[in-house]
Amino acid sequence: MTSVATVPEGTVNPYALSHLDSLESEAVHIFREVAGEFERPVILFSGGKDSIVMLHLALKAFAPAPIPFTLLHVDTGHNFPEVLDYRDRTVAAHGLRLHVASVQEYIDAGTLRERPDGTRNPLQTVPLTEAIQRHRFDAVFGGGRRDEEKARAKERVFSLRDEFSQWDPRRQRPELWQLYNGRHAPGEHVRVFPISNWTELDVWQYIQRERIELPEIYFAHHREVFNRHGMWLTAGDWGGPKDTEPTQTRLVRYRTVGDMSCTGAVDSDATTLDAVITEIAASRLTERGATRADDKMSEAAMEDRKREGYF
Amino acid sequence: MTTTTDQSADPLAETTLLRFATAGSVDDGKSTLVGRLLHDSKSVLTDQLEAVEHASRNRGQDTPDLALLTDGLRAEREQGITIDVAYRYFATPRRRFILADTPGHVQYTRNMVTGASTAELAVVLVDARNGVVEQTRRHAAVAALLRVPHVVLAVNKMDLVGYEEPVFAAIAKEFTAYAASLGVPEITAIPISALAGDNVVEPSAHMDWYGGPTVLEHLETVPVSHDLTACPARFPVQYVIRPQSAEHPDYRGYAGQIASGVLRVGESVTVLPSGRTSTIAGIDALGESVDTAWAPQSVTVRLADDVDVSRGDLIAPSGDLPASTQDVEATVCHVADQPLTVGRRVLLKHTTRTVKAIVKDIPSRLTLDDLSQHPAPGQLVANDIGRVVVRTAEPLALDAYADSRRTGSFLLIDPADGTTLSAGMAGASFAEAARAGAAAPAAGDDDAEWDF
Repeated sequence: MTSVATVPEGTVNPYALSHLDSLESEAVHIFREVAGEFERPVILFSGGKDSIVMLHLALKAFAPAPIPFTLLHVDTGHNFPEVLDYRDRTVAAHGLRLHVASVQEYIDAGTLRERPDGTRNPLQTVPLTEAIQRHRFDAVFGGGRRDEEKARAKERVFSLRDEFSQWDPRRQRPELWQLYNGRHAPGEHVRVFPISNWTELDVWQYIQRERIELPEIYFAHHREVFNRHGMWLTAGDWGGPKDTEPTQTRLVRYRTVGDMSCTGAVDSDATTLDAVITEIAASRLTERGATRADDKMSEAAMEDRKREGYF
Repeated sequence: MTTTTDQSADPLAETTLLRFATAGSVDDGKSTLVGRLLHDSKSVLTDQLEAVEHASRNRGQDTPDLALLTDGLRAEREQGITIDVAYRYFATPRRRFILADTPGHVQYTRNMVTGASTAELAVVLVDARNGVVEQTRRHAAVAALLRVPHVVLAVNKMDLVGYEEPVFAAIAKEFTAYAASLGVPEITAIPISALAGDNVVEPSAHMDWYGGPTVLEHLETVPVSHDLTACPARFPVQYVIRPQSAEHPDYRGYAGQIASGVLRVGESVTVLPSGRTSTIAGIDALGESVDTAWAPQSVTVRLADDVDVSRGDLIAPSGDLPASTQDVEATVCHVADQPLTVGRRVLLKHTTRTVKAIVKDIPSRLTLDDLSQHPAPGQLVANDIGRVVVRTAEPLALDAYADSRRTGSFLLIDPADGTTLSAGMAGASFAEAARAGAAAPAAGDDDAEWDF
């Protein structure tokens, strides 16, 4: 029967792209679509590995010209000093423009109130959405990946947000072929996720292949930490530890970079990219499950935050 | 683990990427199949399983409900159904996979279209007890319509029919005959039990009569992206890169993703719609200068002459140009809640070009169940598939979808609010194309043995 084909073993297609090349090509295409169709795009840049990879992809997409976008960082006020340092060095090295939306300023002004649990991650939504409105950004690149979380698995590459930045998962546009629909009314904007289809391991392999520099906290180092709800948090000005939480020095590294009050370190002796990749490939925990308190708040914590305008 | 241990290579080595979609009716066991693929490839991690166990316990369920792994939205968990396409990721030492997990419910045909539009392979699930049913034919038709190059028929729940070969052979024969008549180029039928694990990742101990690959083995070895490079080159211009810096005062590069075929330095090319000709002077593949580039690479092309080129233009080999037309005949799947009517003004997005257009005619609507054409339906509503004639304000360099999924596809968009209305596939309908190409002996007519 001719229609039932068996695949010849060992067939080598000279035009097959490696998975990293496929993902890179797709992400670059997405960056260029936005550059071609939007007036005021911005890249959310936190100094974390996903946004660092996004920036690297954008640099490649428009080379030898500069990136035609500005950057926006939502600063919780509880960021790792190493990461802020990395952020500022990167911005200077590439001659980029950085906008900073500060959670601390909102708290100082009385517009936002500190939560009893001390985490500021959910507080980022208001400064983010107001910065989008103020600067009239019409496309906002985020480093969200669909493998991170089950609500993110439902996210489109081009995700339309209303004038309140809200995400309505039931009213998403079908996304067909590579024909991204970025049409939006004034006041609305589109969140764009160029690395939607990447996994944590893809990101690390790409960082290794492209020799991209990262903040040091991603690699094992001795750090003063204390245990809260089973997570190793870094002691610091943000308010930890309490009297009942003794600190200790441990050899740790971070898998994600976020607010210091809710981003946990993992025990690790991985001091090199190779060692980090080996460790992640063998891990039985997702990066968020291992190190993010904010996602553990409820079964739909991410979906609920995204609906409100979170990235 | 015959599927993975025969390659002793580094599990982190560079591999290829396969995008595939699953389709199945509500109770065909699609979640179980997806769950097993994810689980056995170590893609379900401890904390995710714990979260599912925790949520299942909270609902008073004794055993973990694996559907909670894939149903990511509140509304999906509340109703116990999958509403929207979700994308999932897993890997083996041979290949990385992006799975478009599409809901099987009838009212979500548009979601299968969404999932299938980027898929190189579709897995259609059938319950061995029920055989080929209406929904199976609908899934086969959508896969054919979207020109998914490879289709896998997974005959599931073989454990419930005593693992009997004749049951499988009859279903496989019926499906293959039907799918081949629609023009599906390659069909692989695999008898499985997703629940018991037969032939999903591990070969079954219960079906000695089957000598073919397991589902995962097939996914790992099926060739990818060959169809793109065999076609004539098409390069839609996305963005013009002009640094105007001291270092690059004269650089003018046309950035884009090669939609099909191969581009070579020195090749004579024509820019459409202007028709101006030039030669490829250089290709920059994301920072590296190369002589050749192929689909789907994102590159920057430099031309020898200073011709006028901007976003929306198409660069193609001068000897192999697509036809330019303002009268587009196409099959569309209508994906919006508001209907598509004759006389409606729309925007048409084709590659990097968006033009004004008007719906001149809707000659027919396709009934997926029996593939009959319902003439002059007047309008198309959500999930309808129909033929349309669209007049565009400017000429489009359009290929037939049968020749190129990338340059033969388009969107119809509501100019008022930006809603994506329809997914369009230019050229003859798939049924017509299949009939035209059915010169070869019709598959399924003889009692040929299965080539397992």
